[in-house]
Amino acid sequence: MLLEVNHLKTDFKLKKGIVHAVNDVSFGIEKGEILAIVGESGSGKSVTSLSVMGLLQEPGKVVDGEILYKGEDLLKKSEKELQKIRGDQISMIFQEPMTSLNPVYRIKDQIIESIMTHMKLSRKEALARTVEMLKTVGIPSPGQRANDYPHQMSGGMRQRVMIAMALACNPELLIADEPTTALDVTIQAQILELLYSLRERFNMAVLLITHDLGVVAEAADRVIVMYCGQIMEEADVKSLFSNPMHPYTLGLLNSIPRIEDESGERLYMIKGMVPNPLHMPQGCPFSDRCDRCMERCTLEMPELKEVGGHKVRCFLYNQEAGKEADDR
Amino acid sequence: MSDTLVEIQNLSKHFTVETNFFGKPTSVLKAVEDVSFTIQKGEAFGLVGESGCGKTTLGKMLVNLYRPSSGKILYDETDLTALNEKERRKYCKDIQLIFQDPYASLNPRMTVGDIIAEPIRINHLLPEGKVEDRVIELLNCVGLAQHQRNRFPYEFSGGQRQRVGIARALAANPKLIVCDEPVSALDVSIQAQVLNLLDDLKDEFGLTYLFIAHGLNVVKHISDRVGVMYLGKMMEIAPKKELYSNALHPYTKALLSAIPLIDPTKKKERIILQGEVPSPINPPSGCRFCTRCSRVMDICHQVTPELKEIMPGHYTACHLYDEQNTSGQQ
Amino acid sequence: MNQVKEAKKPLQAERNADKPESQVKAMWEALKTNKAAIAGMYLILILTVVAVVVWASELMGMRILPYDPNDSDLSQSFVAPNSQHWFGTDQLGRDIFSRVLDGTKISLFVGIAAVAISMTIGVVFGSIAGYRGGKTDTIIMRFMDMMLAIPSILLAIAFMAALGKGIDKAIIAIGLVSIPEYARIIRGSILSAKENDYVQAARVIGNNDYSIIFKHILPNVVSSIVVRATLGVSSAILDTAALGFLGLGVQPPYAEWGDMLGRARGFIFSAPYTLVFPGVAITITVLAFNLFGDGLRDALDPKSRLR
Repeated sequence: MLLEVNHLKTDFKLKKGIVHAVNDVSFGIEKGEILAIVGESGSGKSVTSLSVMGLLQEPGKVVDGEILYKGEDLLKKSEKELQKIRGDQISMIFQEPMTSLNPVYRIKDQIIESIMTHMKLSRKEALARTVEMLKTVGIPSPGQRANDYPHQMSGGMRQRVMIAMALACNPELLIADEPTTALDVTIQAQILELLYSLRERFNMAVLLITHDLGVVAEAADRVIVMYCGQIMEEADVKSLFSNPMHPYTLGLLNSIPRIEDESGERLYMIKGMVPNPLHMPQGCPFSDRCDRCMERCTLEMPELKEVGGHKVRCFLYNQEAGKEADDR
Repeated sequence: MSDTLVEIQNLSKHFTVETNFFGKPTSVLKAVEDVSFTIQKGEAFGLVGESGCGKTTLGKMLVNLYRPSSGKILYDETDLTALNEKERRKYCKDIQLIFQDPYASLNPRMTVGDIIAEPIRINHLLPEGKVEDRVIELLNCVGLAQHQRNRFPYEFSGGQRQRVGIARALAANPKLIVCDEPVSALDVSIQAQVLNLLDDLKDEFGLTYLFIAHGLNVVKHISDRVGVMYLGKMMEIAPKKELYSNALHPYTKALLSAIPLIDPTKKKERIILQGEVPSPINPPSGCRFCTRCSRVMDICHQVTPELKEIMPGHYTACHLYDEQNTSGQQ
Repeated sequence: MNQVKEAKKPLQAERNADKPESQVKAMWEALKTNKAAIAGMYLILILTVVAVVVWASELMGMRILPYDPNDSDLSQSFVAPNSQHWFGTDQLGRDIFSRVLDGTKISLFVGIAAVAISMTIGVVFGSIAGYRGGKTDTIIMRFMDMMLAIPSILLAIAFMAALGKGIDKAIIAIGLVSIPEYARIIRGSILSAKENDYVQAARVIGNNDYSIIFKHILPNVVSSIVVRATLGVSSAILDTAALGFLGLGVQPPYAEWGDMLGRARGFIFSAPYTLVFPGVAITITVLAFNLFGDGLRDALDPKSRLR
């Protein structure tokens, strides 16, 4: 196991109360695997990735759990040790490629800087590596484009630069937080293709954070569905899409307008909206929006249980409750 | 009486990017270039394209946020581009806009009730005493509760704000609503709610939509006909079913193929477009798509293809379907 | 329509949880936690009460101050602070404590009046320049730049030279000098507010330019104006003091802090209390407005309030 997250809890202390942004989340990533965390805004997917990177900002704080990278707990490391790991072994790319690049430096200087802080290379060698990385991510005439400033590039190009920068030090784990959300569909297809091929080439693990199930279906090996800071379902990508078990997963899948759908009927809707994190419903966080909500769901929190190859947090798959559901 | 609500004729919008010392433009961005199409009463016309294709500029010309550089917008047989600012404003209530970003499109210092009432008050649609009842009715229409009218936008979630934006658009009793990517800023589970709401309202109030989106999947659900734009030009127009089953233009085909399938078991043959959208300041000569097209021919670099009716109701602007080429290509 | 109605119920239920909160109240909540701003606010309040009481008692012919601030008694000149004269007396034997309190009303009045002048004119020109753009913008803003290029106190002196001495002229001079600052701030705010979707939305539903500026743009830039105005009061008070120091502001015998400083500067070593107390009064007043202005800026920012 390359990365293992155990019982991670991250809180945000706000004036109006404490928000449990990530609430007892556990998962692992193997070498060379693409794990997608999918969820809506407020699901805690981005906070999870920031917690792993140690990039949380006030008022967010990891309050419990462990994050084992190659068996070592990142939470116990000092900021200096973390900086060494970040960018070298674990890299991150963000949603907005414009704001993640410093507008006053040429892109080559930014990549060279990150290479030289982590690898013992001369400036000349670092430049050669920069050009090589830009070529790897599919930037035409990389030698020339390396001299560009970020604003001279398009959104897709900038995201490629971000990926090149993230890959420059041969990371073993890449955390990609909504890497294609700000991009056009044809460019999104290019970037996903690129991520996929890079994984094959460098045997790099990818933690892909996204809200788009289409992207998940295209790119991921395994999927975690998060809702209100908790894992609702975890499964192999094929099995999740062919046999979604949690009502939330099912609802999400059904509510997407599909290109292959010929009926033109009304879209399925999940009723209501994500609850206010300060006023969570009692019991299962999805209970107030769930079509199959039972009395028990509004009283206690279901456990994340292994059922038929999936991990599901739902009383429908609990043995006693399962009967009750069948009886209906 | 004709069934055409809006007829757009050879519409163009150019923005001056740079001028020389004497104020003469030296660099011009051609956001929309010679676009023509019609929108029928009661239909939803989907307009699709990537960023920079001019779809939003086109929408903003319809709602008087931009003045066209040339061409005509015939609304109910009146040429809106020929009117002066004051007369043009009278048509504002007929053509409304729903914005993409529900966080930016509501005045943060007005209550939701005032935001929805504003179009009614400005256009004097109802006496002041009846405005409040109408606001409550509109809130109910979009699925919000009447007591929420005294709240400020920051107290609402994205989906609720978009409902407020929809209610504001409805308040003016419009005939046509331009929906500028109304769901792309929303969460997946909320997108379906808003799309269904728009669908319901269309039937309930007999509305006509110009539905702008960057992806073909959202448009498919709601539109009757779809137009595909690229770099300021209209590439293809067809009825929905026809377009999705029998796309003609290579760009439309690539767009269709770029949509991720919600099914990991079906890995489809993907046409991945090479390169990026060229800059609209310096578009390629001939066909705008020629730099990325997989079936590019010599003629594409020289002659701009016209939008032609290939099959009844199905228009495309591509040299592949020129008469002298059809025999060779098909 | 059925499903839409179903969706409505949880929406209501969810929202009933929090009570509607007025904007002023929310702003006050944010301001309350800022101790420095609250201290500034109380100081301003105290200064205002002093100014109003002194002014009202003068109008009614009552004497609240221990001595008449303008009454000279040469036999009592340069008395060091003691139980009769808390702050001592000046070269003409006037009670400095009474004069400092009396000076409050002039300083506050001049500060507020000057800001009112510069704010009104600045907002009008800034709005026109920002909203219209193009040539109008260029002409107005180049003129403002010209004014900014001249040191403000020099410009104020030049105005005074043209208008003559006196407190009313000082107000006008100080007011005119800071117009460009307001115009620039408003223009900048309007330029960015103009691009907002909700301003475009206001156009789409049929607003004319006038109501777009006054209903949709200005209320959203009012925070920057208010903050600037609060801070502007303090700089206007400083400018008044500077003009007074130079002998151009309030004419004797009326008490004004800057004027007091100016007249006492010859005695800085022999009778330092003649300078210290008016100086401290200026410092406290300016500090109070600065603290409060900074607090207001933070509180008026809707983003900081959500925290």
